[in-house]
Amino acid sequence: MSSPCDDCLRRTWLIGALAAHIARAHERFGSLDSLLALDDGELVRGLAGRDADTFRIGLQRFDARSARRQISGSELHAACRHDELLYPGELRQMPDPPAIVHIAGRPDRARELLAGPAAAVVGARRATPYGLEVARMLGRELAGAGVTVVSGMALGVDAAAHSGALEAGGATIAVLAGGADVPYPASKRQLYGRVIAAGCALSELPPGFRPRRWCFPARNRLIAALASVTVVVEAAERSGALITARLAREIGREVGAVPGPITSSRARGTNDLICDGAHPVRGAADVLDLIYGAGGWAFGARARRAPALEPHLRRVLDQVSGGAATVSDLTAAGGTDARDAMVALSELELLGRVRRGPGGRYVATA
Amino acid sequence: MLARVATFAIDGLESRSVSVEVDVRPGLPAFTVVGLADAAVREARERVRAAILNSGFEFPLRRITANLAPAHLRKVGPGFDLGLAVALLAASGQVPPEAASRYAVFGELSLGGELRDCRGALAVAEGTRRAELRGIVLPRGRAGEAALVDGIEVLGVGTLAEAAAVLRGETRVATPAVELVRAAPNAADELDLSEVRGHEAALRALEIAAAGGHNLLLQGPPGTGKTMLARRLASIMPPLSRAEALEVTRIHSVTGLHDGSGLVGRRPFRAPHHSISAPGLVGGGSVPRPGEASLAHHGVLFLDELSEFGRASLEALRQPLEDGRVAIVRGQMACVFPTRFLLAAATNPCPCGFHGEPRCGCGESEIARYRRRLSGPLLDRLDLLVGVGRVAGDELAAPPRSSSADARGRVMEARERQAARLAGSSATCNGQMNAGLVRRHARLTAAADRALLEVYERTRLSTRGHHRVLRVARTVADLEASERVGRSHVLEALVLRQIDPAAEAAA
Repeated sequence: MSSPCDDCLRRTWLIGALAAHIARAHERFGSLDSLLALDDGELVRGLAGRDADTFRIGLQRFDARSARRQISGSELHAACRHDELLYPGELRQMPDPPAIVHIAGRPDRARELLAGPAAAVVGARRATPYGLEVARMLGRELAGAGVTVVSGMALGVDAAAHSGALEAGGATIAVLAGGADVPYPASKRQLYGRVIAAGCALSELPPGFRPRRWCFPARNRLIAALASVTVVVEAAERSGALITARLAREIGREVGAVPGPITSSRARGTNDLICDGAHPVRGAADVLDLIYGAGGWAFGARARRAPALEPHLRRVLDQVSGGAATVSDLTAAGGTDARDAMVALSELELLGRVRRGPGGRYVATA
Repeated sequence: MLARVATFAIDGLESRSVSVEVDVRPGLPAFTVVGLADAAVREARERVRAAILNSGFEFPLRRITANLAPAHLRKVGPGFDLGLAVALLAASGQVPPEAASRYAVFGELSLGGELRDCRGALAVAEGTRRAELRGIVLPRGRAGEAALVDGIEVLGVGTLAEAAAVLRGETRVATPAVELVRAAPNAADELDLSEVRGHEAALRALEIAAAGGHNLLLQGPPGTGKTMLARRLASIMPPLSRAEALEVTRIHSVTGLHDGSGLVGRRPFRAPHHSISAPGLVGGGSVPRPGEASLAHHGVLFLDELSEFGRASLEALRQPLEDGRVAIVRGQMACVFPTRFLLAAATNPCPCGFHGEPRCGCGESEIARYRRRLSGPLLDRLDLLVGVGRVAGDELAAPPRSSSADARGRVMEARERQAARLAGSSATCNGQMNAGLVRRHARLTAAADRALLEVYERTRLSTRGHHRVLRVARTVADLEASERVGRSHVLEALVLRQIDPAAEAAA
């Protein structure tokens, strides 16, 4: 495994060192645009202002060896742009590719995961139980079908997608907004551990780097680039996931969106995407169609059409799919008494058709 | 001359014998009280002097020394007035000393000589019987309460003069008769299940909670009726036995909650505000007083807005819930207060309360943080979780589903089966079964076993969660008079299962 070259290490260091300056520019202009496409000199000239000389000296004095030590000390692997083997090919097509991709987890696993097709599954942090369930299902079924699930490990949809993929064997890559060794958000520490054990985590920023605002759109461009299709599961009108979708479209990738209830504010972004031309995603099959072309794939084991349900269970399941989450909801709708509803819910849970979430509320599994 | 009269001190929830000794001898007029008396007791001198004079008796202008024995016991409160006054009258020959020594006396005096209402009459009467005295002289309003203790004469009087007359034999006072048949537990003003519309699942959960002694968590948006439902829990529990009723009466009498009208007929329902302190909840204070947990003994303790309660207060409840009693130690005094109650709690599903509805804007981390506040010792003790929601329009108009009497009947039958099964063990109901008892008594059919295993695997239920489900399933089976725990019983118990933090973490 070849080591990252000095230039790329220096570049990575520079981005990290200029973090605050980039933050100011991001705030002022509202977007990163092609800031990261500028070379070292241009970056310093454009951003450093009065500190320009300090940065130039820093660049001159840069110690590549200690940077390499820092990387290996954090138990990461690093592949720079010039690395034919490990650096993800998809990223080379970008106008502003990362100089170095830091990898947490087994580097050969990373290579494996990027050898085949990849789909990005992104969405709202404040997701509804429906959104979480769909994200999880997509993660599970896509990973189960041999597609690598790429996401950002954020709260909500991202985490659910990773969890789903882990349930199906772990074909998942988390692209982090901070250093590849920093689980962010901290509450997802456990998930991070499972992801790097079965899949891997990537980052363009130096080890230990704590994410700033601009790091999220920066990270999203990587997610869009790594995957051949980006699926937005749930997004409110101004969700960051919509940015990822836009970036994907800009680099010519397919974009899919999961429709949601028109009464839900959390579905406004995704429903709008569909109206603007994104492919509606009604299940993993639709995503596979986008990747392979319609009819160009088959599930290894024929997708199990769920076995037929007895009528009274079917009735309860339909109600739960329609939004009934508690026994109260079911009895209020009429047609069943509490005891029967309770037994039916448990039967459905045993069959895996519903899941009991926190607070004892039920949601239909996708 | 020296005279002695028996009276009592209230220590915690019990009464302790106190002997009031009064010595009157020639010397410069003085009136001293000794014997670890607190400020209220020392003020008794003024009350006693005025009461004696205003009752037409003579207050000896001699050297008077009163001692409240035993000296190591702290004497608190104004209940010693009558004892001091009668002993003084006996020592000055105004009341025959032998009569005074056969009866116990108890009560606070007004300056005019009237006897004021007192607390702890039942405890004092029990103490009188323990001391094998003939009877007790106490405020008339509390005679009914004291008469609950048989084997003693209860002489309720209104003034010091009357008390003296009774002791001199000049008047007779009859011990009040006590109806042993208490008012039916569901009197007209009682909260009844028949007033509830909708809430079928919650009603089912209430019945299971009452039948098996399972603590219950009601979760739902604000205003859906969680408090209303919790209040009716006591109405479907079996009626108090005589021994239980006596205990509750004594506790409530000592804390001043009982009106003296006889035996308490209903199970207590206590709903402390969430700002309550740990001592307020479990008992304490420099003079140990029982807390809400003891006031709820043999009844229901309801914690509304569970997440708002202080962590220290909830932590303090852990031992009482586990042991059924709490020991408060102050210096050399140790009081043990009973705390066997059914715990009910209510909480919102998320900070804004409307989780699951479109208007809920709570994020995942907010909800997680909110839920974390509920975790820990208390969640472990709440076997049941039921969602309470808005009642649909046509449910409101429908006839009532059940009445408290019906539900209570079923609950009592289920309790009897449990009592028979658990006789001789440490548990009196399913909710108290430990892991060993659960293994022994919750016999599952093969289908039930398979169902439970499936859930255990699929949801990564913890062992504790597993046992909780079994306990509840055993109660569901008891409600259906089934010897074995079958699949439908397990399925019902699963829907009502408590949040399992271990299972959530894996999700």
